Amino acid sequence: MGQRRSIFVLTCLVFGFAFLYGPILSLIVYSFNESKLVSVWAGFSTKWYGELIQNEQILSAAFLSLRIAFITACIAVTLGTMAGMALARYGRFRGRTLFTGLITGPLVMPDVIIGISLLLLFVTSAEWLGIPGSRGMPTIIIAHATFCLAYVAVIVQSRLSSVDVSIEEAALDLGARPWKVFFTITLPIIAPALVAGWLLSFTLSLDDLVIASFVSGPGSSTLPMVVFSKVRLGVSPMINALATIIVAIVTVAVVIAGVLMHRAENRRQADIQQALARAGYQ
Amino acid sequence: MSVAARKEQARSDGRVSALGKATWRALRRLPLKGRSAVVAAPYIWLGLFFLVPFIIVLKISLSQMIVARPPFTPLLTWTEGWWPQVQAYLDNYVWLLQDPLYWIAYLNSVKIALISTLGCLLIGYPMAYGIAKAPATARTLLLLMVILPFWTSFLLRVYAWIGILKQNGLINNVLMWLGIIPEPLAMLHNDFSVYVGIIYSYLPFMILPLYANLEKMDVSLLEAAADLGCKPWKAFLSVTLPLSLPGIVAGSMLVFIPAVGEFVIPELLGGPDTLMIGRVLWNEFFNNRDWPVASAVTIVLILVLVIPIVIFQRQQAKTQDVLE
Amino acid sequence: MPEASATAGTLEPWRDPQARPYVRIEGVTKRFGEFTAVDDVSLDIFRSELFALLGASGCGKTTLLRMLAGFERPTSGRILIDDQDVTAMPPYERPVNMMFQSYALFPHMSVEQNVAFGLKQDSVPKAELKARVGEALELVQLGPWARRKPHQLSGGQRQRVALARALVKRPKLLLLDEPLAALDKKLREKTQFELMNIQDEVGVTFVVVTHDQEEAMTLSTRMAVMDRGRVMQVGTPSEVYEFPSTRFTADFIGSINVFEGRVRSIDGDLVVVESPQFGGELEVASQARVAQGQTVWVAVRPEKISIAPRGEGGAKEGRRRNAADGVVQDIAYLGDTSVFRVDIGNGTLIEVTQTNLFRSIERPIDWDARVTLSWTANVGLILSE
Ligand SMILES: Nc1ncnc2c1ncn2[C@@H]1O[C@H](COP(=O)(O)OP(=O)(O)OP(=O)(O)O)[C@@H](O)[C@H]1O
Ligand SMILES: [Mg+2]
Repeated sequence: MGQRRSIFVLTCLVFGFAFLYGPILSLIVYSFNESKLVSVWAGFSTKWYGELIQNEQILSAAFLSLRIAFITACIAVTLGTMAGMALARYGRFRGRTLFTGLITGPLVMPDVIIGISLLLLFVTSAEWLGIPGSRGMPTIIIAHATFCLAYVAVIVQSRLSSVDVSIEEAALDLGARPWKVFFTITLPIIAPALVAGWLLSFTLSLDDLVIASFVSGPGSSTLPMVVFSKVRLGVSPMINALATIIVAIVTVAVVIAGVLMHRAENRRQADIQQALARAGYQ
Repeated sequence: MSVAARKEQARSDGRVSALGKATWRALRRLPLKGRSAVVAAPYIWLGLFFLVPFIIVLKISLSQMIVARPPFTPLLTWTEGWWPQVQAYLDNYVWLLQDPLYWIAYLNSVKIALISTLGCLLIGYPMAYGIAKAPATARTLLLLMVILPFWTSFLLRVYAWIGILKQNGLINNVLMWLGIIPEPLAMLHNDFSVYVGIIYSYLPFMILPLYANLEKMDVSLLEAAADLGCKPWKAFLSVTLPLSLPGIVAGSMLVFIPAVGEFVIPELLGGPDTLMIGRVLWNEFFNNRDWPVASAVTIVLILVLVIPIVIFQRQQAKTQDVLE
Repeated sequence: MPEASATAGTLEPWRDPQARPYVRIEGVTKRFGEFTAVDDVSLDIFRSELFALLGASGCGKTTLLRMLAGFERPTSGRILIDDQDVTAMPPYERPVNMMFQSYALFPHMSVEQNVAFGLKQDSVPKAELKARVGEALELVQLGPWARRKPHQLSGGQRQRVALARALVKRPKLLLLDEPLAALDKKLREKTQFELMNIQDEVGVTFVVVTHDQEEAMTLSTRMAVMDRGRVMQVGTPSEVYEFPSTRFTADFIGSINVFEGRVRSIDGDLVVVESPQFGGELEVASQARVAQGQTVWVAVRPEKISIAPRGEGGAKEGRRRNAADGVVQDIAYLGDTSVFRVDIGNGTLIEVTQTNLFRSIERPIDWDARVTLSWTANVGLILSE
């Protein structure tokens, strides 16, 4: 079959990945540029990293963002798991259609809409009920948790639908009450999905600019907000250094996760082979 | 305190406590035990922080701007006794209709999103196809490489293009050094750079659903069957492409919907005249502080997006039914 | 005969009108929306029985079992276990355990932990728990595999873990949904006997769902044949096989030849049926209450028909009752038996089974051989529905 076509597909893959990774590579390369003008190479230097770690504003924003991301991920995993359970296991409960709509909504709604509507909610409720007193970290967390929980729900739902329901029924049958079934059987089985959901929520929260800009208050600027205000003014090698650090952390994390998963997979493969071999002897 | 004031106070107290009692009764009637609580917690959260906000946006879009905090007139006023007075203004919507700025921004957003979606499809389809046909070991790695950029900062990836596209940026420098062009091309701060930014940022959203769809399909078999007397391209067009339509729809919606409301990319890469509705909204909100008009813009934007969202959700439900 | 009735009471409690059923299913119906999956089923199951639910795919066996386990609530009707109404009791409170069709082992727990899970829910003391888990694993011969995870076991071993896990709680009632379906034929036969031995040993009441009639006949003390949500017949395997009450059961269990006809005369026990399909008259010794002229079906099992080469057995002057001449259309050699399909004219095929008593390559009856079939009046059955 079409030799020409496979060459075409291969070319597309190569160019596609070059397109995806080229900009990231250029960020990294220019972070080591001596010159302040990003585009002119003036020799190797790590001075921008030095400047970066001395920048109070970026550091405190990064710290705030990390705290927000951590709390957001925890809330999103808790609520998202519940939602995923309901979607995968509760059949056609009352209000299910609206519920699925509420889950899909945050996944596809543009950020500006989510940001504006949440800000107006906070303003209205501050006016009527007096809470929240001021906007800042809590309101950002609420906003982030809202759309992150939808992602977690989808991940958990798809993981659960590949788990045989009778495993949970067997536990009920053996005398475990529903909540105990959840903690001793369901949770351990879907744990990888929860880890994935937590990490995704953490990243999404860390990454969000638009929603946070709407719902944050004075004095609570997250990292993307600070970066955005700097980037708007033009290219800055310090931001390249920041990007390089983020890419490095993500790559290391992904490689570690990949190796761990690969090992677990290998171990499982070996186990299966061993079992088959033994079964053959019997 | 005058008698009348005291009476009024008592009446409003009574109102509050009556309201409290009713709420309490309603809450107690909710079967908030075990199973139901599992649905109720995320349901209430999403209702409170996703659904109610839209109702509030709708409400504010029907009010007038005033110079105050908050900068809009209340929709409901408690005048005489119990009956709330509704004061709705359609001014903001009329304003949207009259000022061509908004129309142009909406149309331009849809146009840019459409063209970008098409671009994503043209680049993403062969990639998804190539990954789905790759050997199993390479497949995992390639897929990981598609997802990896997801985990790095979106903002910084968009920012990277500034350095690449600008007047004395990477591309212009290289092309001029090679002697292909005598003077730098203007690639940044126009529609072109916005297209590049959107396609670049949303490409993984296109590839993933397409890959999921193509991977399930035994492409080689189907095409071999259609191959009998059919040219490969014809076989692809008549068999594979129609079968991958669900993936195309899902991927296109995942790109199109957020792209319409995109703010960061036109702001950083677009020119001052790149009108996109996300940007208009941002300016209306932060610079003009006209919240009622911004709310009306939001409501219209939601209406514009409802159709693709419904298509997307239908598609998802169908795919899920097939899986089950 | 007091002795005989005492035996009937302990070995065959269902024959004793005084015996108290252990599990009572009273008029149970289950609807899913418009669809009726289980339709007004009533069954009595006695202590230490091995009761089989048999029926084609989709006839409602699993649904009935799931109502016994407590996963589904009957739309109407009641379920009593040991005189206790359990209809509304959640599964975790029922004295019932189930072995799932897919085994449903906990993938993240070892064999030992799987088996211990149920006991832990009852807060059984540690020492006792250990002893009982050991015992259960011993019973299913899985001692050496105690520390393995489910995915490291073969299919037969997983099946035994599931059995041990369900048995270790000493339930009043053990439900098994297609327990042997995932095993290959050889292992399935071996396990059938293991299962019977284990049931003998522990004395628990078993309800087994299966769509394999051979399995049901091998295992069960009694069985219920189901069709589209209804119970068609309940009885011991030999009762159901020898005296099916309807055409459905007759056809479902084993194979059978059925001829439609009209009752011509009734002479004491002897019913004579005129059957155009058979092309003659049939006589059956039967107590069935039928009236003259009524449409009935005469059923004869293939192994009860004798087959002989034509010429030896007369039948020259007209047709005798219960006899027909024909031509062999088809022979299936199954090792222990051979199945013949004989065309007796007007498109009717009769199936005949013969035991291969002698080892011989040459068949006494070959394809296209002209043969005579016959059977006695007391092997036929009259079915009126
Ligand atoms: N939760 C449900 N909702 C709707 N219909 C159902 C449900 N469970 C079972 N049914 C229907 O009830 C009928 C009986 O199903 P059941 O699983 O009891 O069959 P079965 O006799 O166990 O079949 P099999 O031998 O294939 O396992 C089927 O037609 C099935 O489609
Ligand atoms: Mg079944």
